[in-house]
Amino acid sequence: MEWETVIGLEVHAQLMTRSKIFSGASTAYGAAPNTQACAVDLAMPGTLPVLNEEALRMAVKFGLAIGAEIPDRSVFARKNYFYPDLPKGYQISQHDQPVVANGYIEIDLEDGTTKRIGIIRAHLEEDAGKSLHEDFHGLTGIDLNRAGTPLLEIVSAPDLRSAKEAVAYLKKLHSLVTYLEICDGNMQEGSFRCDANVSVRRKGDPCFGTRVELKNINSFRFVERAINYEVERQIDLLESGGQVVQETRLYDADRNETRSMRTKEEATDYRYFPDPDLLPVVITSEFIESVRKTLPELPDAKRDRFMEQYGLSRYDADVLTSTRELADYYEAVVRAAGQDQAKPAANWVMGELSGALNRDGIDITASPVSAEMLAQLLQRIADNTISGRIAKEVFEAMWEGEGSADEIIEKRGLKQITDVAAIEAMIDEVLAAHPKQVEQYKSGQAKLLGYFVGQVMKLSGGKANPAQLNQLLRQKLGSAGE
Amino acid sequence: MHDKTIAELSAALAARELSAVELTQALLDRIEAHNGTLNAFITVTAEQALEQARRADERIAKGEAGALTGIPIAHKDNFCTAGVLTTCASRMLHNFVPPYDATVVARLEEAGVVMLGKTNMDEFAMGSSNETSYYGPVKNPWDTERVPGGSSGGSAAAVAAGLVPGATATDTGGSVRQPAAFCGVSGLKPTYGRVSRYGIVAFASSLDQASVIARSAEDLALLLQAMAGFDERDSTCVDLAVPDYRAGLEQPLDGVRIGLPREYFQDGVEPELAKVIEAAVEEYRRLGAEIKEVSLPHNALAVAAYHVIAPAEASSNLARFDGVRYGYRCENPRDLEDLYMRSRGEGFGTEVKRRLLIGTRALLAEYYQDAFLKAQKIRRLIHNDFIEAFKQVDVLLGPTTGAPAFRLGEKSADPVQMYLTDVFTIAANLAGLPALSIPAGQVDGLPVGMQLIGRHFDEARLLNLAHRFQQATDWHTVRPQNFE
Repeated sequence: MEWETVIGLEVHAQLMTRSKIFSGASTAYGAAPNTQACAVDLAMPGTLPVLNEEALRMAVKFGLAIGAEIPDRSVFARKNYFYPDLPKGYQISQHDQPVVANGYIEIDLEDGTTKRIGIIRAHLEEDAGKSLHEDFHGLTGIDLNRAGTPLLEIVSAPDLRSAKEAVAYLKKLHSLVTYLEICDGNMQEGSFRCDANVSVRRKGDPCFGTRVELKNINSFRFVERAINYEVERQIDLLESGGQVVQETRLYDADRNETRSMRTKEEATDYRYFPDPDLLPVVITSEFIESVRKTLPELPDAKRDRFMEQYGLSRYDADVLTSTRELADYYEAVVRAAGQDQAKPAANWVMGELSGALNRDGIDITASPVSAEMLAQLLQRIADNTISGRIAKEVFEAMWEGEGSADEIIEKRGLKQITDVAAIEAMIDEVLAAHPKQVEQYKSGQAKLLGYFVGQVMKLSGGKANPAQLNQLLRQKLGSAGE
Repeated sequence: MHDKTIAELSAALAARELSAVELTQALLDRIEAHNGTLNAFITVTAEQALEQARRADERIAKGEAGALTGIPIAHKDNFCTAGVLTTCASRMLHNFVPPYDATVVARLEEAGVVMLGKTNMDEFAMGSSNETSYYGPVKNPWDTERVPGGSSGGSAAAVAAGLVPGATATDTGGSVRQPAAFCGVSGLKPTYGRVSRYGIVAFASSLDQASVIARSAEDLALLLQAMAGFDERDSTCVDLAVPDYRAGLEQPLDGVRIGLPREYFQDGVEPELAKVIEAAVEEYRRLGAEIKEVSLPHNALAVAAYHVIAPAEASSNLARFDGVRYGYRCENPRDLEDLYMRSRGEGFGTEVKRRLLIGTRALLAEYYQDAFLKAQKIRRLIHNDFIEAFKQVDVLLGPTTGAPAFRLGEKSADPVQMYLTDVFTIAANLAGLPALSIPAGQVDGLPVGMQLIGRHFDEARLLNLAHRFQQATDWHTVRPQNFE
């Protein structure tokens, strides 16, 4: 039996406003509990919400970036339910009139094609606080610092057909919201959270299967694992004659399994209704245009430009534009090193630099090797001051804070030897020391050339110019097998 | 001095015939003497009041006084007052001391008023008789066997009995106009959005409006002047210039068109009371107004629509009272559900619970279309009725209530009978219109209120009409005998 997986993702992106969506309290992460919750966030009697215009701006910015409709009127609604960390007893959200509707993003598939994934809607809402169950001796503590933090809930169409596609979509979305500077994308701190609606159906069946909502998937890796686990669970169930129950399941990363949280029958009726404390939001075309002016170059456009302008492969361009910071870094290197260094620059940024950043867990914006420093290194390779191999040593030294490429080359005496006489002298020394090998070479063992190159290189401390060395060595030895 | 209007007291204070401290002390003494009978105040803030009065006297001495400097008032107990108990007449908030002032409270304080205390009301402003208060019913100063009306019964009774010359109130379905009518005082509900709701404990957000009670239209104008205007903390408060209300009071009424809605003079109005209103209409005719009959065809649906919308909003607004952060919490909750169930079960009174249940039901997905949405459509029709009527006339006039104050306990067993007492006042809330009630006469020794409803933001016109009537008549100066 062939099964098809159908996935839709709901992403909650925390918007990077300085204050909360309906109050003036700060949104900074990590403050002592309940120090960033004002009377409005605490739902003190008589307090009222006032919409943060910046949150609206960010939502519209996102809508424009995904080619969505921005309706001229959107409405905040109350989602009513009781929970101790939900101070008002309702969450202010949007229900049937969201701020963003019908957009899309494109993802790259493994076979090299691209696929358009619909985004049905994106709406603004406030986050709840946090219940803290540890450290209270069986009681529950409540921290309302997060209460009222603006969220953009982004709901995809059920267009995703595998866990891999889901991850590709999620990464693309992540890159987009960080490019737009509306979300910091920090998944550990919960700034970018994902729920997945997963169902399976027989291939060719036009109807969707019963869906299960997976909660609590807070890394790209877990998204893939959780979905794969759930898909297998559903297929096993169906193939053994069972039925999938519509329910919400929690992903447990430690055990790599999903567990039932609540079934449809237990689902709350949220009693949505328009929030009478907030007027409908009227969005004018002037407002939209003012937001459009703030749109940066988006990841897809930047990738295409990188391919065109720097002659990069699609893969390289994709990697280099995966975050705005990485792309900015790359372009700064090329600007400083010169257009002819575009390809080596790509190799170095994706290779040595990314490797070092990953190894030490450092963000590109905090790289100890600046774009200008890396550019100088590339120039020293290009002008034959050092070889590519020596350059790696120089890079490591720069990484350790020993100074610029020029300083390190100077201090460590790494400058390449390009003086013909000096190289010839070393060649002579090596050939004199290995008469037997010279004999063998001359009798036809051409591959011994590499041996001599190695010996001379060793003698030069790796500094002999490889091209010159090769050329001079051939001259000295004559051709093999003469 | 207790029977003087704010305008008169203001003049006396300015002329130094009287100090704010003397005035405050005299009224505190009256409250001391009469509150046991009337139960109009939940909290009396004597010390704080005398301190404010001293500061007011200083301002007066320095020549920095405004019209309200040193004028004692009371706040309905659903206005948050920093550092002063704010109960909403509910056990749920019996211990709640807000750390902030409602915008209205802050603005009046800035204008120099002296707060004498917090007035009793129906619990969470849900009621028409002041019998739902956790602190016991308020008595009507005209007959202490009778209700003062509600929900702002404490404010109305306090003003009528001369305990205070003016008081704040709120009006969600008639809560200022009906008690003003029952107690023989003047009460104004401004246009929805004219006065900030920030810091007023919400009942039904789309209907609630900060209101005011006093002994004359002129006093209403003085108080409204200080209260009205944009507040960035209330998104439904309108950013529109506030006119000088006092300046417009004296305008002649020649050519002003007054509409009598046919529906306000049919069923449900006692004949004797109707005669009082007809006499008032004659008075307006003499003052130069044109009288016209108009129709509000959907008025009969107003009470039903209101009792879906108001409880629906209330069911959500009152969800915050969960025993978690402030207010009443049950003893020794077993678990979270028990905490919720018992805190709310024990903290709220019967009428509040009834409305929360009705409202919760109206919002369920199953009933949303037939209940909540239908009520909203009726609301729109009622609004349109008024828009049509105001094409023909400038204001609408009718009785505030169909009968004078009823007896304590008379209607409390039958919620529907109780709800129907608001049949003439509810529509103005549904349409967001300004409306006031002023004394227009008496039936069997009990005051009768006349209601005037105006166009959106046309409070000045209503105050003008009320003031001219009060200049021509003296019903507003008649005081209940036992409190003269």
